[in-house]
Amino acid sequence: MTGVVEQPNVFVSRFEEFAKTGAGAPWLARIREQAIERFATLGFPTTREEEWRFTSVAPIARTAFEPAVPDGRGVRAADLERLLFTAPNLVQLVFVNGRYASGLSRIALPRGVAAGSLAEALQGGSAEVEQHLARYAAFDQHAFAALNTAFLEDGAFVRIPKGTVLETPLHLIFISTTAAAPSVTHPRNLVLAERDSQATLIETYIGIGEQVTFTNAVTEIVAGENAVIDHYKLQLEPVNSFHVAMLQVQAGRSGNVSSHLVSIGGALVRQDSGIVLSEGTEATLNGLYLVSGDQHVDNHTAIDHAKPHGTSHEVFKGILDGRSSAVFNGRILVRPDAQKTDSKQTNKNLVLSEEAVINTKPELQIFADDVRCTHGATIGQLDAEALFYLQSRGIGRSEARDLLVLAFARDIIDRIKVEPMRHRLEQILFERLHVNRQ
Amino acid sequence: MALLEIKNLHAKVGEREILRGIDLSVNAGEVHAIMGPNGSGKSTLAQVLSGRDLYTVTEGEILFDGRDLLEMSPEDRAREGIFMAFQYPVEIPGVSNLYFLKAALNTIRKSKGLPELDAMDFLNVVREKMALMEMDQGLLNRAVNTGFSGGEKKRNEIFQMAVLEPRLAILDETDSGLDIDALKIVARGVNSMRAPERAMIVVTHYQRLLNYIVPDFVHVLAEGRILKSGDKTLALELEETGYAGLEETEAFERA
Repeated sequence: MTGVVEQPNVFVSRFEEFAKTGAGAPWLARIREQAIERFATLGFPTTREEEWRFTSVAPIARTAFEPAVPDGRGVRAADLERLLFTAPNLVQLVFVNGRYASGLSRIALPRGVAAGSLAEALQGGSAEVEQHLARYAAFDQHAFAALNTAFLEDGAFVRIPKGTVLETPLHLIFISTTAAAPSVTHPRNLVLAERDSQATLIETYIGIGEQVTFTNAVTEIVAGENAVIDHYKLQLEPVNSFHVAMLQVQAGRSGNVSSHLVSIGGALVRQDSGIVLSEGTEATLNGLYLVSGDQHVDNHTAIDHAKPHGTSHEVFKGILDGRSSAVFNGRILVRPDAQKTDSKQTNKNLVLSEEAVINTKPELQIFADDVRCTHGATIGQLDAEALFYLQSRGIGRSEARDLLVLAFARDIIDRIKVEPMRHRLEQILFERLHVNRQ
Repeated sequence: MALLEIKNLHAKVGEREILRGIDLSVNAGEVHAIMGPNGSGKSTLAQVLSGRDLYTVTEGEILFDGRDLLEMSPEDRAREGIFMAFQYPVEIPGVSNLYFLKAALNTIRKSKGLPELDAMDFLNVVREKMALMEMDQGLLNRAVNTGFSGGEKKRNEIFQMAVLEPRLAILDETDSGLDIDALKIVARGVNSMRAPERAMIVVTHYQRLLNYIVPDFVHVLAEGRILKSGDKTLALELEETGYAGLEETEAFERA
């Protein structure tokens, strides 16, 4: 893999330029420096590494990506409505090629709630940003997180003050528009939910254009004591794009955090999602992936029961067609102190073709003795009896097939509490299943 | 012309021949009972009529309203007006009864050139039929057959039949596993559907059902052939002698 060795140097040399022009406080410059050094040492991962055994990032490593130009002019509000979902009360923050686009954003928030551009918060010298940024999404062992951290500039910064209940979901929309050459963005999001606060956040990733894009995103969520956070992510980028992302959630004592990760687009997708639980935290991490053609999606999850009395539920469901492939690796760590942990993990896969490949692996590391941890994985096909039953009532074979595929995903879809998102997702799934059949 | 014409039908599953030359003619307005011991081929006949691809027809033909039924997909058969109440209704978690039945009805209506029904119209159609089958409306919002009791599943089949209004209804051992109260409800639903333009084939192992759904004709199936046909008294006769007795007589007669 000779080409793979050289590309990090392209990023490293570009970093020197970036560091010169990129303004920032000394503390930020230090973090960026550490990150690029770490990236230079790690290089892009290879399939010889256990964590990347089934996901080759060679297509990313061998592409000469240009930094995406932050130009919001090519995007109109109508595009967003057509591609996504909207509701009168939805607060929306839009980022085009990694940079905040105020003209497309719509913000009406209660007093004290901050939601806007991370770049602006950095310029404003926010002490909270300095206190929290890059403290949770560890980049010492993860080359892509290191790369994101080295080049971090903008993304969403959200702060919900103590005791504030945000009734309206916050929709963070990341649009990649394409240039003449393949381009890369490194969106960086920081969400601080103080104690007793409550909020719903949606991250949506879409792309417009023909050229290849690479989104390398990192989201850190810090939920305080008793805070309730519902997080959703909808990855809908074009099927020729690359998407690598890390989500790291630090949950507070007695808090309740949930995340639903839906991955539909992308040629090569890797999502690392971690939640660290405190005492009595309830955590939910669910996922749905739908791949066909030559798509590849890899979900690595890590639930860290650091303290006693934590509960975690994890359900990932995959639908694979064509020559697609998917990876699920679910790590559950129960630390010695985390007695009375209750943890459940399930990964179910529906394989619709002969050629599709799924690799699924639970990884339980339990160091406490009074815990309950269960896990299970299944791989199955469509139920022929059910298919015939639907057909025997007049429903056409292909529609019956779609109905059963959606039924398989139903429990994940139904857990999405944001109604316009749920409806749009159903439509998107239907459309995608229809396209896959062509 | 008969609504359904089965001529010399042979069918096998795998290498095993199950139907060995069935001839049967069913006119609109008639109710035919098909009885026979386990393994005689009565369920296979029902499944072949509905288009289940587990079975291969090796010989013979089936005409439905003069058209070659064996050429049609299961969904086309349903759209042409064939309905089979399953012996074992299939559970489909994640698909609501409401969505399923509305989709089915609208597909069938569309194929007839009728406008599709919206949710309100659909509810009006089903309300009365659910009451007839003594089904709780809450069942509409539950997943198809999922967590239903045996009796609920069978009633749900007849309810679907009442909504889809087929021209030929095939009941595949709809009575099996039903207590007498459920049996009466099912029979009432079926009887309410009897009409001059509609034919029914009632497949059953037991004569009991035929006390409630009185057939015009009774056929006895054994080893993949119709051994004997008669009117409703044949069922009573069978009740007396049992299938074993009948087979002996037939063997004797053939000898």
